Amino acid sequence: MQTLEPILAQQPFLQDLDSEHLQLLVGCASNVRYDAGQFLLREGEEANQFFIIRSGKVAIEIYSPERGPITIETLGNGDVLGWSWLVSPYLWRFDARAVELTRALVLDGKCLRGKCETDHHLGYTLLNRFAHIIDRRLQATRIQLLDIYRA
Amino acid sequence: MLDRMPNPMLPEPYRIERILKETGDTFTLELESTNGAGIAAFSAGQFNMLYVFGIGEVPISISGDPGKPGRMVHTIRAVGAVTKVMRTLKRGSVIGLRGPYGKGWPIEESRGNDIIIIGGGIGLAPLRPALYRLISERQKYGRIILLYGTRTPADILFHRELESWRGRLDLDVNVTVDRAISSWRGNVGVVTTLIPKASFDPLQTTAFICGPEVMMRFTVLELERRGIPSENMYISLERSMKCGIGLCGHCQLGPCFICKDGPIFSYDKVKNLIALREI
Repeated sequence: MQTLEPILAQQPFLQDLDSEHLQLLVGCASNVRYDAGQFLLREGEEANQFFIIRSGKVAIEIYSPERGPITIETLGNGDVLGWSWLVSPYLWRFDARAVELTRALVLDGKCLRGKCETDHHLGYTLLNRFAHIIDRRLQATRIQLLDIYRA
Repeated sequence: MLDRMPNPMLPEPYRIERILKETGDTFTLELESTNGAGIAAFSAGQFNMLYVFGIGEVPISISGDPGKPGRMVHTIRAVGAVTKVMRTLKRGSVIGLRGPYGKGWPIEESRGNDIIIIGGGIGLAPLRPALYRLISERQKYGRIILLYGTRTPADILFHRELESWRGRLDLDVNVTVDRAISSWRGNVGVVTTLIPKASFDPLQTTAFICGPEVMMRFTVLELERRGIPSENMYISLERSMKCGIGLCGHCQLGPCFICKDGPIFSYDKVKNLIALREI
């Protein structure tokens, strides 16, 4: 039976991961697709997974009663969506909605949390990779906050 | 009789032949010389000093096609006293024009390379002539990538052209906005977020960057991460340019005059200067 290993191994986020750890992730991964408009996750719900987007586009949104959903950022091919599964209380802070037909790999964060507790090397490796993503998004958010194009 | 050189400080009268509204605060003027002399040849990235009589003079980058002489094209954002009055001018009005001045984008020097053009906001205007040039001799370059970021979908410049460029199979065009409502189906996020996904050969790539200085600073960092050497990155700097010919010193940046030595600089030449807050 064909597994998701070759697809996972191609993802930039998982590049050069130990084969042992990759195998472990394969056991937690599944393939998903979302049509345009479908939510991948909703604010306030339990955060028990993360996504690696294979194709399509996903909008990270925050809902304002006055202005409706506001898109903060869009993610596409190769991007990782979701790190709330790593941080207590494990609840999503935003909505994420497919802007167009989106295919993704979903990884079971709850299962991975347990594995990271017992295998600290895996835990460090994953945290290190997520820290890079968090750092880039934080930088991007800071530039967004500067509103540099405003007259 | 003495042959007199034209006075570089004396504006030539140009008539507004066409006005295009680009966005809520940005417009494009197409100018023709009133004496029928035609326009001076210019390089992509150069600028003119435009003079609204009785109000003042401002440096404005040329946004037209260097391969299409006849009209001088400028895309202007109405943000200051002069440009706000300029926006109220009608077709047929006459303004003063000096130049073109400054050094342009290294188009010929980049032949054979991949080209990544990164624009932010009104910064797309000085990059447009470069893109015209590159497209006009498309076979001489590798990949050509245009990444453009702006504030909202309503602030996107040159909409139609962007769409037509995006439709070409030999250009990679990606647009992003800093903020949008959910009806926008394009990218949301700062322009630097587009860089990691752009496909180019870092050691054989020239980058042309124009936008607010903060945007350029972060763009350069992201390009460095991708491995583009700083001598292959070119940025367009803006300071208070007055004379346009390196005499008055208003636009001095360390040992450089932006108007004469720039406005386009190789990043390695100015990286230590723009990092200094005191100058």
